[in-house]
Amino acid sequence: MLLSIRSLTKSFPGTKALDGVDFDLRSGEVHALLGENGAGKSTLIKCLTGAYQRNAGTIALDGAEIEPQSSGEAQELGIGTVYQEVNLLPNLTVAQNLLFGRELRRFGLIDSRAMRAAAQEMLGDYGLDINVDRDLGGYSVAIRQIVAIARAVALSGKVLILDEPTASLDAREVQMLFTVVRRLRDRGLGVIFVSHFLDQVFDLSDRVTVLRNGRHVVTTETAALTRMTLIEHMLGRTLQDEVLHNPPPDRGKREKMLEFSGFGRRAVVEPFDLVIGKGEVVGLAGLLGSGRTESAELLFGLRATQSGEARDQNGKLDLSGPRAAIAQGFGFAPEDRKLDGIVADLSIRENIILGLQARRGWMRPIPRAEQNRLADSYIKRLDIRTSGKEKRVGELSGGNQQKVVLARWLAMNPRFLILDEPTRGIDVGAHAEILHLVHELVEQGMSLLVISSELDELMAVSNRVIVLRDRCHVAELVGHEISGESIMRAIASTEEKVE
Amino acid sequence: MHGTLKRLAPQLIALATLIALVSVFYPGFLSVSLNDGRLVGPVVDVLKRSAPVALLAVGMTLVIATRGIDLSVGATMAICGAVAAYAVSAGYGLPVAMLLAIGAGLLAGLWNGCLVAIVGVQPFVATLILMTAGRGIAQLITEGRILTFTDPAFAFLGSGNLLGLPMPTWIWICVAVLTTLLMRRTALGLLIEAIGINRRASALAGVNAVVLLIAVYMAMGFCAALAGLVVTADIRGADANNAGLWLELDAILAVVIGGNSLLGGRFSIAASVIGALIIQTISIGIRLAGFPSEYNLLIKAVLVVVILVLQSPRFGTEWHYWRQQLQFKRLREGKIAK
Repeated sequence: MLLSIRSLTKSFPGTKALDGVDFDLRSGEVHALLGENGAGKSTLIKCLTGAYQRNAGTIALDGAEIEPQSSGEAQELGIGTVYQEVNLLPNLTVAQNLLFGRELRRFGLIDSRAMRAAAQEMLGDYGLDINVDRDLGGYSVAIRQIVAIARAVALSGKVLILDEPTASLDAREVQMLFTVVRRLRDRGLGVIFVSHFLDQVFDLSDRVTVLRNGRHVVTTETAALTRMTLIEHMLGRTLQDEVLHNPPPDRGKREKMLEFSGFGRRAVVEPFDLVIGKGEVVGLAGLLGSGRTESAELLFGLRATQSGEARDQNGKLDLSGPRAAIAQGFGFAPEDRKLDGIVADLSIRENIILGLQARRGWMRPIPRAEQNRLADSYIKRLDIRTSGKEKRVGELSGGNQQKVVLARWLAMNPRFLILDEPTRGIDVGAHAEILHLVHELVEQGMSLLVISSELDELMAVSNRVIVLRDRCHVAELVGHEISGESIMRAIASTEEKVE
Repeated sequence: MHGTLKRLAPQLIALATLIALVSVFYPGFLSVSLNDGRLVGPVVDVLKRSAPVALLAVGMTLVIATRGIDLSVGATMAICGAVAAYAVSAGYGLPVAMLLAIGAGLLAGLWNGCLVAIVGVQPFVATLILMTAGRGIAQLITEGRILTFTDPAFAFLGSGNLLGLPMPTWIWICVAVLTTLLMRRTALGLLIEAIGINRRASALAGVNAVVLLIAVYMAMGFCAALAGLVVTADIRGADANNAGLWLELDAILAVVIGGNSLLGGRFSIAASVIGALIIQTISIGIRLAGFPSEYNLLIKAVLVVVILVLQSPRFGTEWHYWRQQLQFKRLREGKIAK
């Protein structure tokens, strides 16, 4: 066994990112490490590369226990890492990048001729014949990835960690990269491959380990897995267990409220059509990176569309930016509430009235009494747990922060509200409250678009579920068609359409 | 009201301590006499001489609240002073000259604001451009000379008196009070703080961050124009090389002494203005206390460091802890005595 991890545990304040995880890597294999966001993949890798120090457990390389304190130390031990964002210097030449930190010298000066030759030889091993004197930044991401791999292998040479290496590559480049990885595997390297693209996992890896919520779920030969079982492992549901499917009552044909046609942007989301009825909840399902959030961002004007238009019963809508979308009665509670949602240093009251105030304009301040009334009523209605409305939002827990962001939008009374992962990182109690709130809003005639990785959640709230895969809207499930199985089948299927 | 006082307490305490310290070396520091309908005394001098920095500090507070910085204000002062002196000596009269100068300040702010908000240049770099170019522009206007003028109405702005107090004092007090009212009686203050803390989230909630940012840099330009007018009027001439030289740094220092975070967000204009008064009190106090002039800059630096350390949150928590320990000790000793 090349690398052997036993009961690895890593805690952060408030969460256990890794809880007794075991992981083995043989030499001469590609081992895929899978799991949804927050499953603990990157924490595991950071413990391996010395970016984090583990709290408990052992890591043994070639039988000897190691405890790297930095990525430099991990490299010396033999563990090299290539990240999605290549961590090389684009303004140096390819040769300088490959030999950075161990330049070849002659009489104490850098010997560029010898470096050029050494660099060419290194890349020759990978079937790459490029001008090593050119700046690295001038080459495509795929070439940069291979240069990064060449550098990591030359430095380390036992374990190679590839963290989402294909996220910004096209299909041909992916194949080029995989050829290189297979060659390295055949040479006896152990490769850990992290990816969200399941096709690539099946294509490249020999074994698969799935993590979920910081725990080890399964390790198995890739050939013994079906796509379906793999997704079950990742999402933590089995198809056999019939989950209570409790869709909101459908009142037959509903009034069409919004109609988006041909909405899309190159390399973000393929053009899609979407009709939203009055009082309807549409769910967006799909794995991470499938274009769920990007679709929502197009609808809210956060990203400019390259094609398509939006209409309601009165005609064409201007969705050129968030302000325009808000003027049309749209709302968007984003996925990353720390970065895009809350204004941490402002109070709960100020966060709640912020959107309303921005819409009224700066010259018409909301009277303080009205602000207090709004804040108090939403703290009560959404059950925001706080010592008072003047508390800094940054001091609240995740669930309560999410409620404050929701309160901001509800105060503006939108007709169409987009909720991106409304319950991520929220405890069970708040989770149920937010789903309950969704039902309540629909009762009042609001239309919602809910994006979620949790199938139970989508099934509990949606009248209709749209499934995305690889930046395409691939399926639409209505009413009784919605089930965990049908959604997963649509995510997993390689056909264009599912019935 | 209680909240405002609590916010300003560190600055007020620093200012009071400083005045007490200066009074030890120069007992007449607080004495004020009425001479020819004018109040005269070192304190009045402080109130007058702090005008340029106080004016700049008002605008700089807003810029820093948006998580920005404006290094070009000294140069903008020079431009505006030159424009006003040029217009006055060309016979346009004071109102036109002032309007032209203020227009020039707003234009400078518009340039900075567009670079920051639309082009997306970091404020430090964006305003560095005008900091360098601005003096060149001012020199072109004055043709490299010190452009003097004799217009008594313009000179009144710098050295005149109204109800006993110098005109520059009235100007900065008015600007500070009006700006504070504008910020706190409308929603501007809240919206500026919001984009300073989290521009992405604010924009997503519908705050027009681009327009607000440009407006803030233009307000800064307006303040710099007034400061430029005051300085030019005071010496009855526009000096493109020296007007407002390094004053951007004093203005930033005033904002920092005022306890405003350079990371943006919550701001207090009153605290920044007190910061400007503290800087001026140090300068004048050192001179009056009779230290040789070579020591001035060094003593000023030491005092600033002491004030900043005393205001730091770290010091605050240590102080709080120390006081608690002292109370525990007293309690214990009290029990033992019983």
